[in-house]
Amino acid sequence: MKRTASVLAVVLLAAGCSNGTSNSGGSSGNTPGVTDTEIVVGTHMPLTGPAAAGYSKIAPATKAYFDYVNANGGVNGRKITYKIMDDGYNPANTQTVVRQLVLQDKVFAILNGLGTPTHTGVLDFLKTNRVPDLFVASGSRSWNQPEKYPDTFGFNPDYTVEGKILASYVKQEHAGKKVCFLGQDDDFGRDSLAGIENILGPVTAKQSYVTSNPNVGPQMGALKAAGCQVVMLATVPGFTALSIGTAAKIGFKPAFVVSNVGSDPTTLAKSLGPAAPLLEGVVAANYLPLANDTANPWIQLYTKVNTQYNNNAELDNNVVYGMSVGYLFVQALQAAGKDLTRDKIIQAVEKGGFTGPGLVPVRFSDKDHSGYAGEQLTTIKGGQAAYFGTPFTTDDGDGAVTASTAAPAVPPANGIPAS
Amino acid sequence: MTIVRDRVATTLHALPGKRRINPILVVVVAGAIIVALTYTLPAFRTYQLATVGAYFCVTAGLTVLTGLNGQLSLGHGALMATGAYTLALWQNKFNMLIPGVIVAILVTTAVGAIIGLAAARLRGPYLAGLTLAVAVVVPSISSTFDGTFNSDQGLPVALNPPPESILVEQWQAWVCWIAALVTVLALAYLTRGRFGRDMRAVRDDETAAKLAGISVARTQVLAFVVSAACAGLGGALFAVLSQSVSPGAFPLTLSLFLLMAIVIGGLGRLVGALIGALLLVALPAIAQEIGQSAGSQRLEGNLALTFFGVVLVVVMIAAPGGLTSIRLRRTKTTRTRNELKQKGR
Repeated sequence: MKRTASVLAVVLLAAGCSNGTSNSGGSSGNTPGVTDTEIVVGTHMPLTGPAAAGYSKIAPATKAYFDYVNANGGVNGRKITYKIMDDGYNPANTQTVVRQLVLQDKVFAILNGLGTPTHTGVLDFLKTNRVPDLFVASGSRSWNQPEKYPDTFGFNPDYTVEGKILASYVKQEHAGKKVCFLGQDDDFGRDSLAGIENILGPVTAKQSYVTSNPNVGPQMGALKAAGCQVVMLATVPGFTALSIGTAAKIGFKPAFVVSNVGSDPTTLAKSLGPAAPLLEGVVAANYLPLANDTANPWIQLYTKVNTQYNNNAELDNNVVYGMSVGYLFVQALQAAGKDLTRDKIIQAVEKGGFTGPGLVPVRFSDKDHSGYAGEQLTTIKGGQAAYFGTPFTTDDGDGAVTASTAAPAVPPANGIPAS
Repeated sequence: MTIVRDRVATTLHALPGKRRINPILVVVVAGAIIVALTYTLPAFRTYQLATVGAYFCVTAGLTVLTGLNGQLSLGHGALMATGAYTLALWQNKFNMLIPGVIVAILVTTAVGAIIGLAAARLRGPYLAGLTLAVAVVVPSISSTFDGTFNSDQGLPVALNPPPESILVEQWQAWVCWIAALVTVLALAYLTRGRFGRDMRAVRDDETAAKLAGISVARTQVLAFVVSAACAGLGGALFAVLSQSVSPGAFPLTLSLFLLMAIVIGGLGRLVGALIGALLLVALPAIAQEIGQSAGSQRLEGNLALTFFGVVLVVVMIAAPGGLTSIRLRRTKTTRTRNELKQKGR
């Protein structure tokens, strides 16, 4: 009995101790994570694990942009604190870290949580707790369900939209060839394939992989056996590199067309090492300025922020992505006004009309919670990615793929969106 | 033969009966403490408390299997996954929680019986190897039958929200701890009775147990089945807690953590299982705090394993019987001192 009692006493004690430390979410105006001087925002990112390659640079870049904004007075006098949690691209970890952010750290919003399989698992939890779930770092169609998840908004173009745009290119440039598909075995791969098959009809062969098993030998072998001439990849960067490398190893040389999220050339070249020349001619797509386009005013702004606040990390498309997320969030905060509440930021995002670094507009409205409306194709020449053609937009249904005419915006002189 | 065994039983039973108190009393007191805690703790701590309850179901079952029956299982994570996926599939179809939990326990019990049958023929490292294989195979099953289990992304779990007046975390803690306390009560009675003696006899000397008329194989299979049922219940509770199941929640390291936790807590004791469950929640949390204060988020993902290993090494050096044995030794010495005093008189 003594022993049992002492154990229970320890439980109580531990509980008592923790009670004191975690009640720090008190805020003026009763909005969690918001005080007169601070806005606390959280995210979940794969800083370790199978998807860390490349993606681990996104959140530090976003944080660097916030630090830049904070150093220039913040947003309406409030400094942004960005809490980055590592989930290792494991949906089970995401459950834990997001609960910690919402229940313990009392964040105002979850910003740019990364990953289709990871973030899908926390949608219901965030909805129950009415936490704004802004600019999810993925193109799953799940984020665009305003009726079911009124507080969730995507950032990336839908994978289906992307699939349609990439497939339109393949239809035109590789007419009559055998087109095959390798995708992640989740909504990312499925949504992407839906878009591709919408344009091309059924593909010759399709294969899938899981991030927990870093081997695509059997899949690439099957695609080779099927005589594929074009392979479309819906893969995260690590698996793009793995697929291209594995194909080369077995003497399989199709044309590769890669999803935006798995196509950052810097990350791929690093993963492939001496085999980096295999990337020559790989076609992908993007919707933000490319990191190597030093003449672009946005890249000049990001380079400045990167040097000052991001330890001068190597500027790749992940850094560009992270800073663009930061810019859009600051725009949303400005639009929500001085008296910041969770409802107001949702209203502000639904009102939409944000212009920024994107080549295509963001779509946000009360009926559409998906992010960027389309993409432009890129190809790798001499180790450098470059845009070609024009940006395209489309929907995730049967709508046509059309050229976008929106002119790109120029960043404000001080690099911070005006209120 | 039976008469002899009954006599032995009664004398054996009288011994532990003296120093042990009624388990119902402990459970009632613990229940009251849990209810009090759910009203005083902040939301995230309540969620962690619920997680301790879910782990407690599993560690209690595992400590009976490993500590009392001497069977080593590295596959309890897989049994938890069985329970969790069963509940998820049931909930998404029928959305009735209580029958769902019962179905999850039944299915896991059946799976446990199959593994147990094979396990009863194996000893030592071979048994560990078999159960290890079960733990490793989970992600492959979920990606091979991705139409049903949805691969790495896993399945959502449909749940009706609790009544408005109750916080979600409070409700979760109650559900988990009701299950945990019922489990512990059942295990406490089960291990005190004849089944408990059979298990210990088989653990200590199989030949002697056989000579005493105990069916070794049946006892081992039964022990595995009981322990599997507990793991299935724990897994189902995890599915309720996170409202989703995915193979990433049941990796090989989970099975290893479970075993480490009961060894650190004290093998074969339900109190040790409780300490183990607490550690399973507390140690990763502490590791994360350390990682965060060290300024490197990348440490967090890897630090927990190291941390567990270090604690295991330290505890094994300082108290080879686990954390519960520390107090036990002290009470023993005081008792012998008292006995000496009495003799002196």
